Amino acid sequence: MDKLSALSPCSGLLPLTIGAAKVVEVEPGHLTSVAPYNRQHDKLSKAMKAVCGVAYPQANGLTRDGDTQAIWFGHAQAILVGPAADAGLAKHAALTDQSDAWAVVTLSGDAAEDVLARLVPVDVRLAHFAVGQAVRTQLMHLSVSLARVDEGTFQIMAFRSMAHTLVHDLKTAMEAVAARG
Amino acid sequence: MRITCPLCGERDRREFYYKGHAVSLNRPEPDAGEEVWDNYVYLRDNPAGETRDLWYHEGGCGAWIEVTRNTVTHEITATQLVSEETS
Repeated sequence: MDKLSALSPCSGLLPLTIGAAKVVEVEPGHLTSVAPYNRQHDKLSKAMKAVCGVAYPQANGLTRDGDTQAIWFGHAQAILVGPAADAGLAKHAALTDQSDAWAVVTLSGDAAEDVLARLVPVDVRLAHFAVGQAVRTQLMHLSVSLARVDEGTFQIMAFRSMAHTLVHDLKTAMEAVAARG
Repeated sequence: MRITCPLCGERDRREFYYKGHAVSLNRPEPDAGEEVWDNYVYLRDNPAGETRDLWYHEGGCGAWIEVTRNTVTHEITATQLVSEETS
């Protein structure tokens, strides 16, 4: 039987450096959607803190501990990135394994904000989009999660099936920004 | 046009999908009678002034939002999460 080898969502597409912007794929580990049941928010947050080291994030925010992140992922929903979710959390929230379902990349470099300004209808300048902020928005036509993980680095998550489109849109914007010099 | 999502903040209109009048939040009881149901399903006001619509934040947080806006001035005066209204 043929030996199958695992490919990451952006395999063969990244890394990409154009001008002063760089896109690199991230291997996020496990991804679990965490949707708190009614009136379980506080208990869930405590349990997550105890088990995973990260509390349930505020709207438009993320919490992190080393390589583990809990990213706000929409109305009554967060995504746990890194470790497999502890089954005990299922008491307080609906858990859905979404590992391998998302393409995760980081965009960094001096031109990163200018590149995003061409793609995203959100003001991503540092004064308006601080470190630790995580929003749901659109990147061109793609629905994405966009977070600033440190001052110069954005983390972008898009559906795995849209990985080529994500990279294509980023590449086009990076080329356009670089062409302006 | 900009809509202030109660969760995400002020966002571009392109992130939202328009559903229609917020009347669907006030579904009548099954035995409310033909006239009430006829009103609910078919009859809509067309006000020159304040109206309430449902918008879905499909390009953002995925929440349903009730938007109060003025059809004459286009001013949006309030936005509220439907989940908070109905919980």
